[in-house]
Amino acid sequence: MSTLDTTASVPGQRTAGSKPKPHRGQRFGDGGGVLNVFSHGFLAIWAIMIVLPLGWVVLGSFKTDSQINGSAWSWPSSFHFDAFSRAWSKGIGGFFLNTIIVLLGSVTLTMLFGSMAAYVLARYEFKGNRFIYYLFVAGSMFPVYLALVPLFFMVRNLGEISPYLGLNSYAGLILVYVAYSLPFTVFFMYSFFRTLPSAVHEAAMLDGCSHTRTFFQIMVPMAKPGLISVGIFNVLGQWNQYILPVTLMQPTQAGEADHSMLAQGLVNLALQSGYKSDAPALFAGMTIAMLPVLVVYLSFQRQVQAGLTSATLK
Amino acid sequence: MRHGKYPFIVGFLFLPIVLYVGLVLWPYAQTFGYSLTDWSGASQDMNFVGLANYTRLLDDEVFAGALWHNLLLLILLPVITILIALFFAFMLNVGGKGGTGGVQGVKGAGFYKVVFFFPQVLSIAILAVLWGAVYRTDESGLANGILIKLGLATAHDPVAFLSDPDMVLWCVLAVLVWSGVGFYLVLFSAAMQGIPKDIYEAALLDGAKRGQTFFKITLPLLWETVQTAWVYLAIVAMDAFALVASITPGAYFGGGPDHHSELISTYLMRSFLRNGEAGYACAMGVVIFFFTLILTVVSLWATKRDKIEY
Repeated sequence: MSTLDTTASVPGQRTAGSKPKPHRGQRFGDGGGVLNVFSHGFLAIWAIMIVLPLGWVVLGSFKTDSQINGSAWSWPSSFHFDAFSRAWSKGIGGFFLNTIIVLLGSVTLTMLFGSMAAYVLARYEFKGNRFIYYLFVAGSMFPVYLALVPLFFMVRNLGEISPYLGLNSYAGLILVYVAYSLPFTVFFMYSFFRTLPSAVHEAAMLDGCSHTRTFFQIMVPMAKPGLISVGIFNVLGQWNQYILPVTLMQPTQAGEADHSMLAQGLVNLALQSGYKSDAPALFAGMTIAMLPVLVVYLSFQRQVQAGLTSATLK
Repeated sequence: MRHGKYPFIVGFLFLPIVLYVGLVLWPYAQTFGYSLTDWSGASQDMNFVGLANYTRLLDDEVFAGALWHNLLLLILLPVITILIALFFAFMLNVGGKGGTGGVQGVKGAGFYKVVFFFPQVLSIAILAVLWGAVYRTDESGLANGILIKLGLATAHDPVAFLSDPDMVLWCVLAVLVWSGVGFYLVLFSAAMQGIPKDIYEAALLDGAKRGQTFFKITLPLLWETVQTAWVYLAIVAMDAFALVASITPGAYFGGGPDHHSELISTYLMRSFLRNGEAGYACAMGVVIFFFTLILTVVSLWATKRDKIEY
């Protein structure tokens, strides 16, 4: 990834196409000129297609109701944050908090359980090792909604064991998120643990380090790059989750607290009457949901891109 | 060193396996069982009805339509997304004018990669609300606003987009492609950087054109990555629930107008949560299970190539 950014400033690049001189670059540039205009055009158009809708939504949160229902090209008359506070008071703030709580628990547990299982499967030989590994791998092949109906009742039954685990509970959703993130996490961390040198591991064991301690103090720090990759993958995946919270996080009876996730709450508000009369608040709600992720992404874009792609390529 | 090995293995595997089997595998398995019953989902009463749900599916036109829509997405989404992403990735990595520095990407490659990736970090549900606003059927929607500016539509005669039965599925496909290209572009870029630059330089010295280097070098060496992308996109196409459920018209999980954007996921969810036909919904799940299984095997077999070492 890092090589890319430096390439743009390589000297001699501009001379290759324009000034014909006996130079290696002339041959490399053949056909490049036309293609370059062409490709730059496409790249620029695509970039506009990405940025325009996002910017349009942010602008929309400053517009008035009649402006939003008028021409799409109207410019907000003044920039004040009324719509944001209205959106926040309609529950966006709460949804945000719910999502953070669930993700804190689910990502931590996913990483812990996933790497524990992957480590044992990758580093220890025992009967049934292959079977368990393929059991995990098979689970990542099918869309989640195949299991939705029984899952709903499974979680409801869990709620009868303990009210903290049932429908519309944080812990219940956390466990479900963890379970559905395990196949990929195990699959990825498995191949990562396989690549780590075994000498360090053996040295630690010879020095009398227990299996558990070897794992937490030696193998986990060594696997940090892999953990970061798959961690980012899980954060984004669980943040983007929609079908699971829609099924599991509906208030089961009137008056129960609304534990909606951010995405789910936003869609509900858009579909129901919540924002019918208040389009700017809907746009502001979208902005609130978008901006934190974009800011985090822009600050860590190198890690996110590297992490996501290496996670998928393994 | 051996002592304490088995307690340790069991200790580390116990919780992950309990969670995974309990909340993932067991529900998958139960789906098969419930699909043979007339269970409503509301109570615990159910009767064994054999294959009745499956014979009913055969005559269900809505289901056939949904299956067809899923199949369309399954073919078109990976093809279009991968082609655009490959093209962009090639441009950003080796499409630039060569200089003394050799083969390189176009200017501003880093910027494009960051921007194209934006949709990937936004929740699909947020994208759904966003595109719902873009596709508004009057001049207040961004899409219509642009078409009016370009003179392709008028304020009195705007394009209906999602309310148009013939357009709705294409609108959904466009959003999926729009949001997916960035990710696969970055994925392909990462793979392309693994290809030694000397290969390109040798080819260019031998007089190869840019296009030739793409088809003769890049594509064969990226084949495995393309395969991976294909599988991931197929999963997206089979799901697409959040998007269709929230932007297309129709009470309870969209699918409208008149089932023209119905997908199996939306139909399944409606049968289960609204129509009280949990058994029937499970039968759909089972059909999808085999559908996915067969397609995965077929596509892996059809795209099989010998691995090229480099």
